[in-house]
Order: sequence, then C-alpha cells, then structure tokens
Amino acid sequence: MSSIPIEKGLENSSPHQREQANYLTVDWSLKSWLTTGDHKRIGIMYLISISFFFLLGGISAGLIRYELTSPAGRVLESETYNKIFSAHGILMIFTFLVVAIPAVFGNFLLPLMIGARDLAFPRLNLMSWYLYMIGGTLILGGMINGGVDSGWTFYVPYSSMYANSNIALVIVGIFFGGFSSITTGINFIVTTHKMRAPGMTWFRLPLFVWAMYATSVVIILGTPVVAITLLLIVFERVFQLPIFSPELGGDPVLFQHLFWFYSHPAVYIMILPAFGIQSELIANFARKRIFGYHFVAFSTLAIAGLGFLVWGHHMFISSQSMYQGIVFSLISFLVAVPSAVKIFNWTATLYKGNIRLTSPMIYALSFIGLFTVGGLTGLFLGSLGTNVHLTNTYFIVAHFHYVMVGGSLTAFLGALHYWWPKMTGRLYSESLAKWNAVLVFVGFNLTFFPQFVMGWMGMPRRYHYYYFAPEYQPYHLMSTAGASVLALGLIIPGFYLLKSLANGPKASANPWGAHGLEWETASPPVTTNFEQTPIVMDEVYDFDPVLEHEQAQARKALEPTGYEGYEPGALAEPKKDESDLGGKS
Amino acid sequence: MAAIADAHGHGHDEALHHQFEDMDQQNEAYLVGMWTFLVTEVMFFGTLFIIYTLYRSMYQMDWYLAHEALNIPMGGVNTIILLISSFTVAVAVRSAQRRERNLVLWNLGITLVCAVGFLGIKSVEYMEKFQHNLYPGPEFGRHPEYLHGAAPNFAQLYYGLYFGMTGLHAVHVIVGIIVIAYLWVKWFLNAKNVTLDYVPTEMVGLYWHFVDLVWIFLFPLMYLMPKP
Repeated sequence: MSSIPIEKGLENSSPHQREQANYLTVDWSLKSWLTTGDHKRIGIMYLISISFFFLLGGISAGLIRYELTSPAGRVLESETYNKIFSAHGILMIFTFLVVAIPAVFGNFLLPLMIGARDLAFPRLNLMSWYLYMIGGTLILGGMINGGVDSGWTFYVPYSSMYANSNIALVIVGIFFGGFSSITTGINFIVTTHKMRAPGMTWFRLPLFVWAMYATSVVIILGTPVVAITLLLIVFERVFQLPIFSPELGGDPVLFQHLFWFYSHPAVYIMILPAFGIQSELIANFARKRIFGYHFVAFSTLAIAGLGFLVWGHHMFISSQSMYQGIVFSLISFLVAVPSAVKIFNWTATLYKGNIRLTSPMIYALSFIGLFTVGGLTGLFLGSLGTNVHLTNTYFIVAHFHYVMVGGSLTAFLGALHYWWPKMTGRLYSESLAKWNAVLVFVGFNLTFFPQFVMGWMGMPRRYHYYYFAPEYQPYHLMSTAGASVLALGLIIPGFYLLKSLANGPKASANPWGAHGLEWETASPPVTTNFEQTPIVMDEVYDFDPVLEHEQAQARKALEPTGYEGYEPGALAEPKKDESDLGGKS
Repeated sequence: MAAIADAHGHGHDEALHHQFEDMDQQNEAYLVGMWTFLVTEVMFFGTLFIIYTLYRSMYQMDWYLAHEALNIPMGGVNTIILLISSFTVAVAVRSAQRRERNLVLWNLGITLVCAVGFLGIKSVEYMEKFQHNLYPGPEFGRHPEYLHGAAPNFAQLYYGLYFGMTGLHAVHVIVGIIVIAYLWVKWFLNAKNVTLDYVPTEMVGLYWHFVDLVWIFLFPLMYLMPKP
C-alpha cells in the first residue's frame, strides 16, 4: 500500500494517443530543452531552477537559526549575519516565492486547464526563463562577490550611501527577475482572455486560473514600480543621480512608499496562486463543487485590488502621518474580508464532502490552519496601537512566515504532490508523502510559533546577539529545532519524488479521479496538450453527489474488506484506505 | 467533461502560429499583449512622474529657477519631431493594413529619421548641460550662473530627475529605433509575417505612440514651468 493504485485503461483516449511521445520524451537533447517553446517544459525548467535557489535560501535560513541558538552568536560576524539574513530574504522572495507557483504550476497548468495548445506567446515565455536565470545569476554573483547587508527591502540610505558596491549587481538581478515576472504576467493575461477552449466561459474556469489571472494583474501593475524604484538606487550609485538623497533634500521615506507599493501587492503575488491551488485541492479531494464559486473567484479579484491600497501599513512607524496611518489600517482590515470569504468557503466545501485524506489534501488542510493563524496575526499588525509595539519584533517574522511558508510553500508542496503524476507520469510513495506532510506541519509550527511568543515579549528581529536578554534562548532553541524538522520535511520529498522518476509506477491520465481539463489528457501530456481542441460542456468541479455515492458503493462491492465503518446511504467519507484513491474508475 | 472539436478544419495561414486557432485569435492576442505591456510601461514611467510631482511641490521656486537653464527651442523642436513621427507611424500602420508596401517603407523611414534626429538634438542638449556642470555629482553647480539662483541641492534633485526621466525616455527611443529598423528591413525584404499580417506593424506603432506620449508629458513638465 505504498503507492497510489494505477488505474487501468484511459477513457476517451484513442489507441494512437498512447503510442505518441509525450512532451518529455519527444526529444531528449539539451538543445531541445533550452530552445523549447513548450509551456510544460518551461514549467519543468523553472521547477529545477527555483529548487536550486530555494536550497540556497534554505541554507542561509539554517545559518541564521544556528547562529541564534546562543545569545552571543555562534560562528558569524555581525556583518556576515546581516548579509546572510539579507541573502535569505532576497533569495526566498525574489527568486522563489514570487516566481514559484506562477512560473512552475501556472506555466504548466494554465493552458491545460483552459484547453489551449500553449500559452499565447511561447517564445516570450522562454525569454522569461532566461531573464529569470540572468537575474538569479546576477543576484548570486553579488552575494558571492561579498553580499549585501541592507535586508531584502533595500531601504535608502542603507542601500545607497552606506552600502558596499554589490547592491547594484543584486538590484540589476532583481530588475531582470522583475521583467521575467512581467512577461509571465502578460502571457497569462492574454492567454486567459484569448485562448480559452470553446465552451470554457469565465465562470467555468478552474479557480486556479482565476488566481493566476489576478496574480498576473498584480504583477503587471506592481512590478514596474519596484523595478524603476530599485533602478533609481542603481542610478544613484552608478550615475550619481540623487533621487532619494536626504542630504540634498530628497525623501528616503518616498523610497519606502514606492517600494511597498509593489512589495505589499507582492505578498499577494505570492499568496493568490496558493489560494488557487487550495481551491483545486479542496474541491477535488472533498469531491464537491467549491462552495460559493463566484464568491471565491471575486474575492480573488477583490484581494488583488485592495492589495494595492494598503502598503502604508508597513510604514506606521516611518514618519507617516497619523491620518494616513488610520486610513491604511482601515483598508488593511478590509482585506481580511475577502480572505475570510475564502477560508470559510473552503471550510464549507469540506462540510459533508466525501473527503479523501491524500497527501495533497493534508497540505491543503494544514494550509487552512496555518494561513488562518498568519492572517489573524496580520490584524494585530494592521492595528495602529499594537503595531507600534510589535513592529520589528519576531512577531512580525512569525506572522509573514505563517503566511509565506505556511501558506505559499505549503500550497506549493500540495500542488507538487497533486500534479506530480500529471507532470512526470509517475506515482510516488503515497504513505511516505502523507507522513512527510505531517512532518512539515509539525516542523513548521515548532519553528515559527515560538517566534510569536518571543516577539510578543519583545525580541527584535534582525538582531545578531541577544545577550542582553538570554531569557529568549529557549524560544530560539525550539525554533531552531523546528527548523531542522522542517528542513527534513523539505528534503525527504526530494528523495521520494526523484525515486518515483526512476521506478515509480506509471500514472494514469487521472489518478486522483479529479475534475478538470488537465486530467483529460494523458500523463504526461503530449506536446500539443490535447489531441484535438476540447469543447467544454459542463460546469467546473461538476461532481455529482449521486454518482459519487454510487461509485463509492461500486468500489465497496468490488473490495468489501476495504471499507470498515462505511454506512450505506451516507455520503460521508468511508474509513480511510489508500485503495480509495482510485477515483472515478 | 469535454467533447472533441475538429482542430484541422481551420485554414492554415502562413503567418499563423501553432498555438492559435485562427488569425483573428492570433491578432487579438498580440494586440491585447501589447496593450498589457504598455500598461506596465505606464506604471514604470508613472512612478517617476509621482516622484517628480512630489518634489516639485516641495521645492517649487528652486525647481522653477533650475529649469530656466533648459533649452526650450531645442525641446520644442524635438516635440515637433516626435509629433511628426507619430503621424508617419500612424500612416504606416494604416498602409500596412492596406498592404501598400511602398507607403509603409516611406513612412517608417521618415519615422526612423525623426527618431535619430530627436536623439541628435537631445545629445546636443545633454552636452550643453555637462559643460555647464549641471549633471549631478560633486562637480554640480561649479558654474552658479546656470543655476539662476536656485539652491544647488534642490537643483541637483531637479537635474537628477531630468537626466533620469529623459534618459529613460531616450533609452525607449533607442529601443524604438531598433524595432522600427528591424520592421523596415522585414518590409523591405517582403517578409511574409509582416506583409500578410498588419499586426507586427501595429504593435510597433503602439509602442512608438507610447514613447511619443511620454515626451508629450515630459516636455511641459520639464521645460515649460510657470513661475510659482
């Protein structure tokens, strides 16, 4: 019972479809990968590249955690410590979180989900990968060359007057990365507007596509702003153009405004795709149409829109006017409404659903819990009074890690497990994956929950030493222990997923019995995605409760021993058993 | 979930890429893509205009005095040049839709000449500013007579933005010259993807109009300040 059972047969597939080479096997040469226009191949290339940068960002996180186990530090100089946490932030945000879900899963799935042969602009898509790689190389080059110590926020004048010269290199890298995002965003917007298959109306789009669309809108509106803002720092350092120089009358706080005008929406660039994945996982493993589909779709757009109006809540203590603070605080609270709509709708979808606790579903369920904690603590930080107390403490570190790691990374892992059979055509060890999902959940909470506590007590973020307050050490020790568990939980999938490539059982077209166009083509799909352009006749997530019930009974008849605790007539989930994964066969 | 449509029933236009069903879809996709790209450009320059607005409201008098060193006739001539090039690009797009190759070549050619001329005049202006020590840096304001009495620090902010904004605009003009020249060569060689399909020409046209439009805002904001 260590793997997902293989479904025999492939409905709707003509015999010659199965003989055809899929997108992976069509050409093995390296050149065919580096010059490909195929969105699926570009998605895989992105997956490999972001995993590399994620590893580097993770190593720097490990160094930070190890350093903080002692109140007087362990191995790093203070300056090196600053460079390491800057590297962690820059790598994780600009080369992993912003890119990860759109560039890997968006690229791979968007055309499949809407029934298109490819994205609208395949060559532009390939260019975005090259831009990303150039950007990543420059960022790494700057770090190897001596690193930057300004933090990922590059506040002037830390980054302009008082910084070493690698700032320019790293910023130019981020600039390239930004254009990689923009080209992806343009591609997704055009594809969603113009490439939908016949019958694929806007309200038949899977919610992942809605999320990608909203994310793309945020990307194209926000990224240029941070691109030019960071470029102005380069201008200041390289061409001596003073834009933010306080000694000439320039306004450094203006930099913060412009930076957060992008970087707050960037939070939504990171979390909206995760919401999309979440909707897919919840609907398909609760085997129900998502509760309030339209509300979930529109709440995605509402978050994207409101996200542009709240940047000032990062600057409550940055000499911003009190009245501005009140307005920004109020709008920040408004964002909680569409976010809560999503959480409640996912929960309502679970209600009386035929829930299957597969590994992607465990990630999805832990997302609900972790994101709720991350979101609710965001309200503490969005309130003017508590914010003054909590700003620049570990509370804020814990808050955004609950959203970014507990939210985005968890969803990323869930998506990786969910679509892995589709992407590679192989099945991984499901029981190992389930235990790993639990391990990630435990490790994550052990890492970041103590940070809430010590942040609330007053431990400041970005501090190298805390010998002034050694009482924080137990929390730091817990956090570091948790980080080790979390690291384990992130390394293990590397092994069993790669192992599945070598000798995993072959996946059928639809191993989860899920709904959606991407499951109607072979695993892995052929280069043109579909043999023929599909025509969409039915609604999205169109699970028929009666049919689900009949299928459950049919399975029961076939395997009577596998369903202890199953009550005839009830639609509730029968007793968990891995053979239950087989889906709609 | 899905029935099957016949993908092979559609005509095979030579300019049609494999991911599209037909030319209409392809053309619309390219135009939506171009407009979306222009949105990002608006946000890109918009940020600079926001900075400009803020600083100008903070240092009105000093910026007014600092701007007096700019050469209004040269800026004016440049504005006229760009307006002419906008007109010729519009004619080129229309001619591309009607597949009138000669008209396209002439109009794109005039546009190219205008763009190069614009950069020529711009570089003369830049040279002047360098000679007058109006480029920000330690040497700024060594000839105080060109500051017209503005506080050197605030004047430096002004010229920082002047060089930043017109410089980025000039970079866009250079990119425009490259793409227009490329398009011109394609038309000259009678390449099928531009002669059978007007959309590449229209996209370049849209880009060029955007570049012109940025200058239409830059010129009055930089050169034509009223006395506060």
